[in-house]
Amino acid sequence: MGKTLFEKIWDQHVVKTLDDGTTILYIDRHLIHEVTSPQAFEGLRMTGRSVRQPQLTYATMDHNVPTTDRTHIADPISKAQMEKLTENCREFRVELYDLDSEEQGIVHIIGPELGLTLPGLTVVCGDSHTSTHGAFGTFAIGIGTSEVEHVLATQCLPQTKPKTFKVEFTGLPGDHVNAKDMILKLIGQIGTAGGTGYVLEYCGEAIRSLSMEARMTLCNMSIEAGARAGMIAPDDTTFEYIASGDRRFAPKGKDFEKAVAAWRKLPTDSDAVYDREITIDASKIAPQVTWGSSPGMVIDVTGRVPEPDKVPGYSAQDVKKALDYMGLKPGIPMTDIKIDTVFIGSCTNGRIEDLRAASKIFKGRKVAAGVTVLVVPGSQQVRKQAQSEGLDKIFSDAGCQWRQSGCSMCLAMNPDQLQPEERCASTSNRNFEGRQGKGGRTHLVSPEMAAAAAVEGHFVDIRTWS
Amino acid sequence: MEAFKNFKGIVAGLDRANVDTDQIIPKQFLKSIARTGFGKDLFFDWRYAPDGSPAADFPLNAERFKGASILVTGNNFGCGSSREHAVWAIQQDGFRALIAPSMESDGTCIPGFADIFRNNCGKNAVLAVELSAEEVRRIFDLIETTPGLEATVDLEKQCVIFHGREEVSFAFEIDSAVKHRLLNGLDDIGLTLEHDDAIRSFEKKHSPQLYR
Repeated sequence: MGKTLFEKIWDQHVVKTLDDGTTILYIDRHLIHEVTSPQAFEGLRMTGRSVRQPQLTYATMDHNVPTTDRTHIADPISKAQMEKLTENCREFRVELYDLDSEEQGIVHIIGPELGLTLPGLTVVCGDSHTSTHGAFGTFAIGIGTSEVEHVLATQCLPQTKPKTFKVEFTGLPGDHVNAKDMILKLIGQIGTAGGTGYVLEYCGEAIRSLSMEARMTLCNMSIEAGARAGMIAPDDTTFEYIASGDRRFAPKGKDFEKAVAAWRKLPTDSDAVYDREITIDASKIAPQVTWGSSPGMVIDVTGRVPEPDKVPGYSAQDVKKALDYMGLKPGIPMTDIKIDTVFIGSCTNGRIEDLRAASKIFKGRKVAAGVTVLVVPGSQQVRKQAQSEGLDKIFSDAGCQWRQSGCSMCLAMNPDQLQPEERCASTSNRNFEGRQGKGGRTHLVSPEMAAAAAVEGHFVDIRTWS
Repeated sequence: MEAFKNFKGIVAGLDRANVDTDQIIPKQFLKSIARTGFGKDLFFDWRYAPDGSPAADFPLNAERFKGASILVTGNNFGCGSSREHAVWAIQQDGFRALIAPSMESDGTCIPGFADIFRNNCGKNAVLAVELSAEEVRRIFDLIETTPGLEATVDLEKQCVIFHGREEVSFAFEIDSAVKHRLLNGLDDIGLTLEHDDAIRSFEKKHSPQLYR
């Protein structure tokens, strides 16, 4: 019997299988950020251990960083956490992209940018959105701080093998429907725990048609379906992305050719069997908007806020609680929902293509009165590229705020936060209570949908809007 | 890690599904560089009123749950962010075991706990027990009808015994490797380093710098 993409990578990284069934898996890339690593480094210090492979470990600052003035960090606790990372990286000889670096950015944006993320590798990071890297045909998972310490000390992770879940998107998505809508649709269908215990492999005509950046958006939110990893088989789109730009850690010349030959063997064999399968017709997907406080509480933009007892997978009690929190009543058309704030950015939608898509909507238009728009590039490189294309000017002319790179209002650890009851159209990944600021109300959408909502002051169906 | 020992404690109920780690420990507490001090901030946004007093409508603030060490919740508990701070907060607020239902919905299973969260529990001597939806419903009923309900968690025998008017015992499954590590309080890193020879020989043939 053939193997799936995941099984091939897994098998290539088994150091040892123990009697109790645990596999010691080798880790090729360990990405670090300031929030989930300090206790791990402290653990090393307390046990007298070192970082086994500093050259496979890369660090950046992203969660806490201010997106306005980077030279002054007002919050002393945030500042201390960033300083701790600097100190730890110096002591343990780990390369760090700090606020002075032109390569700083959200950890899941800079990994691919720098060519650290490559097909066939195992990648971990103390962040659940590590699933992003799976877009390259990489087995990439989010881990806790104890596991961060484990990988630092051993370059390995004890794992039990997850099951495989084939997610096939047939057909092609319509105009203005993109990867964000595809993944939200999937989550709405299988639920936020539908992928728990599985590795998702996305495939089908719609997936092949997606750019690398769109594939990253899709894989990024695998965790919102409960799956630690989401993967896409590498193809020419993948190889072209890796060969393009200045990805200094990507193989070059003969090494690249050799690598591509190996990467071509990674896709799932035709006779491989998955533990579970689902097929979704991408041509029938409408732009998606979340209405509740869980990413599975999502609906077509043409829909209405649902009745509490009519939401599959959620109890009436939980839906009622979510609607109370969101300040919404059943029956309201989604396009009638007015917004106060728009956030464009995050590891989900903070790449150059996302900013280009949003800028097309803003070009020659103005943000609606009373609406605040933050455009936060995912990295310094994205910011630089956007500026070289004049996107910053388009955003500023429309009345948006053009910011420095970081996680920003996706999780609001820095000063970019919603106020209680403030309603936000957000391109990020989680609409949990308080996620973007205590009492804040988040609606997850694609960059185009967010930009159009900014212009109109409420959600619109981007397909028919002009 | 400290070894997990069988214990008897008060049972508290939080009948909500999909409790995410942002609710368990909001982001402002993630700025700490310490591993301790998170207990009082567990469920912060739900637990405290704006003036800092205990919120009247949060179930775990009920007097009868004071000192509880077993928390019964809805399915998919701990979904969202990978922050281990969530487990630290749970543990440091006195909880040593969590119980959540594994549910069937439209032919698929919704597990009691999210993957990364469950892993993190295992690293911190917090036992994540999954029972059937019916069993968890019965436990919520017991909590409702038995003030000060206590239970004994027996990891060796893989059961939780509820000391209501009558004793009710529920058996649970657990990965044997996780059970072994919990019971013996083993240092995971130390265990992996016992296979240093295997790691070294793997590293000789593996070239993660370029590709695989």
